[in-house]
Amino acid sequence: MKLAIQTKDFSFTYPKTKEATLKGINIPIYANKVTALIGPSGCGKSTLLRSCNRIHDVYPGNSYDGEILLYDNNGEKAENILQYKKENDLINLRQRIGMIFQKPTPFPMSIKDNITYGLKLSGIKNKTELLDRTEIALKGAALWEEVKDRLNNSAMGLSGGQQQRLCIARAVALKPQVLLFDEPTSALDPISTASIEALISELKNELTVLIVTHNMQQASRISDYTGFMYLGDLVEYDVTETIFLNPKEKKTEDYITGRFG
Amino acid sequence: MLFNRFFRGLSHTSAWLVLTILFAIIIVLFHYSKSAIGDFGFFHFITNSKWIVGNDGNGGNFGGLIPILGTFLSSLIAMVFAIPIAMGIAIFLTEIAPEFLKAPVGIAVELLAAIPSIIYGMWGLFYFGPLLQSWFGGQSNSLLTAGVVLGIMVIPFMAALSRDAMNTTPSVLVESAYSMGATRYEVIKDIVFPFAKKGIIGSVILSLGRALGETMAVAFLIGGVFRFPDSLTSATISIPVLIANNFGEAGNLQLSAMFYMALILFIISFFTITIAKFYFLRKTD
Amino acid sequence: MNRLLLNKIVITLSTLAALMGISFLLWILVTLSIRGYHSIDWHIFTTDLVNNGLRNVIIGQFILAGIATVIGVPVGMMAGIYLREYGINSKFAMIVRNLSDVMMSAPSIVIGIFVYGIFVVPFGGFNGWAGVIALAILMIPIVVSTTDSMLSLVPQELREAGIALGASKAQVIYKIVLSAAKIGLITGVLLAFARVIGETAPLLFTSANNNFFSFGLSNQYPSLTVSIYHLALFPSQTSQNLAWAGSAILTLLVLFINLITRFIFKPRKQK
Repeated sequence: MKLAIQTKDFSFTYPKTKEATLKGINIPIYANKVTALIGPSGCGKSTLLRSCNRIHDVYPGNSYDGEILLYDNNGEKAENILQYKKENDLINLRQRIGMIFQKPTPFPMSIKDNITYGLKLSGIKNKTELLDRTEIALKGAALWEEVKDRLNNSAMGLSGGQQQRLCIARAVALKPQVLLFDEPTSALDPISTASIEALISELKNELTVLIVTHNMQQASRISDYTGFMYLGDLVEYDVTETIFLNPKEKKTEDYITGRFG
Repeated sequence: MLFNRFFRGLSHTSAWLVLTILFAIIIVLFHYSKSAIGDFGFFHFITNSKWIVGNDGNGGNFGGLIPILGTFLSSLIAMVFAIPIAMGIAIFLTEIAPEFLKAPVGIAVELLAAIPSIIYGMWGLFYFGPLLQSWFGGQSNSLLTAGVVLGIMVIPFMAALSRDAMNTTPSVLVESAYSMGATRYEVIKDIVFPFAKKGIIGSVILSLGRALGETMAVAFLIGGVFRFPDSLTSATISIPVLIANNFGEAGNLQLSAMFYMALILFIISFFTITIAKFYFLRKTD
Repeated sequence: MNRLLLNKIVITLSTLAALMGISFLLWILVTLSIRGYHSIDWHIFTTDLVNNGLRNVIIGQFILAGIATVIGVPVGMMAGIYLREYGINSKFAMIVRNLSDVMMSAPSIVIGIFVYGIFVVPFGGFNGWAGVIALAILMIPIVVSTTDSMLSLVPQELREAGIALGASKAQVIYKIVLSAAKIGLITGVLLAFARVIGETAPLLFTSANNNFFSFGLSNQYPSLTVSIYHLALFPSQTSQNLAWAGSAILTLLVLFINLITRFIFKPRKQK
């Protein structure tokens, strides 16, 4: 199996805190699979996710330790993304690793401009190419039929579920290798949630998914691998079925059966 | 129970008093302006560039064109000078400054806003005006000096309001743009500015309102001469300065003409502020 | 153009703008300190304007702003209480709130000559009370606005709890709401005071100025700011030095009050 990302003894400390939020994490993220991170709030799962595209660097003063290796498409050559210093490297990294947030984050512009925003940033200027890729991205996010007649309307007018699919389409349009999902359905109703989950399962044909979720049913439904985190440690990592049906650690079992968290 | 009714009555009366003062201002200004309005009308008054006291000391020929022009031109220069710097400060405070700098720089900006305008006037008169004169020639007290110092005065105000508007941009939206590979500048241009657009425009218009009505700093610096400014560096006069300089010794008609000027200034600033506050800075709760 | 270069340029320019803003502040403060240092001595505090001192005008300025506060704060606060506690979102309250907001930014010279029209002309000459009224009128909308917003921060449950205990509405406002909002209100009053004590334009044609020490508010009244204005424009080194001394004292006072309010209010914010 090909690797997409692998962390090696990865630690992370927020500014002005003494204790590390993540302590020596080793986790493989396999290409074209869905990996879920679960655990009680404050366990560091979002911090880990947000390290993978260095979005933490938007705020100064964090410190990283260890390695996060990002593999190329063949799963052979890897680069340690923690060594990136230049803004340009971070920009390229973020175009290779997309991110979807808890709440839908449509930009204050039209639906079309939302999709083409990242494409234009990456230097694509040709109008027909922009339009084509908009259509492909929206179709990929199962949103095309709903919005094709109002591409120039403001994205703020869409429903919450549509907005979240727009954000996925926006990220997918850049053809990233990996998509990070940070509790993407926590602000959505059950129907929208189902459509996002279906979308995630489909996306793994083209890319790798790493998802943080507080919803264990969701993790068991859509993921291939699951990591259980607790107090900044990766307690257990395995094939999703094993984690949910036959966990090796007592803590994992307690959490999954709802005894704490 | 008596206390209850008394308290409510007192607070209701106070609220009415606020309205009463506002209407009283308009009525009193209008009352004293009447003879000037009767003699000069409106269009003739605002297009007349003369300000000549009659021989008997009471009559005369008074027009508001030059002070109106001086008021708008000095405020315009102030805006041209202040907008880029205030926006830069707001951007610095919201998107660039490291945490440990945000508070001190923010406080410095707010202290700058608290300094009384007469102090800006002193500084401009003795230091900044002569400096500008040595760079650009012309007169030390001029439209340019008044405009630029006026600009410096409104910078902190404009920057603080714009910063507040820009701070309302949800951080997920900002992160979201970064996660698409945007640079800091692109995030500011494409996300923060569009999001805070109304608040920023409102802060600019509100600052314009301040600049239009500012008296003391301009009184020190614009020269106070009743003539068309033929260049940026020549002296002229503005409405508040006209009033401040000539009010004390004015005869009947001139006094009325100055009340008329004050009424015009009040209406202009009333509308400017109203537009800023109720169209652009409306709080959406 | 190269994206990254553009980004660097914008970041640099913004940082420069912030530096420029701070350097203006420093420039003004340094100027004031140097000129103030050279012109302030004890003589200034012990003699009146007529003998090239500032004693009477500093005290005069405090008295004008002090009495204005005594008048303006109760009126502004009661009006603010009406807006937040009684009127809330009624049409009347909204109109008062909005117009008071607009008045807050009205040119202060206009307030000055309005008061000239109603308190100077009818009484036959400049007088201290007219100056007091002008400053009070400037102050009222500021106090209305801070009261309104400070009271809006008091949780509704607190009022309901008071009513549930059988307190009358006035008692709830007086005993509970006002004390809950106390720190914010004090800050607001201090800032309003700092704002009016530095005002010049509204005093020019109301209380004007007086070279002598005076408690008689029915005559022309001594004022620091008006003195600075006249002294600065008078072509004599002594006068100008005195103007600088006055400016330094005034600025120190205003900035001091502003910094104090920051420290009063800070612990509250952190909670």
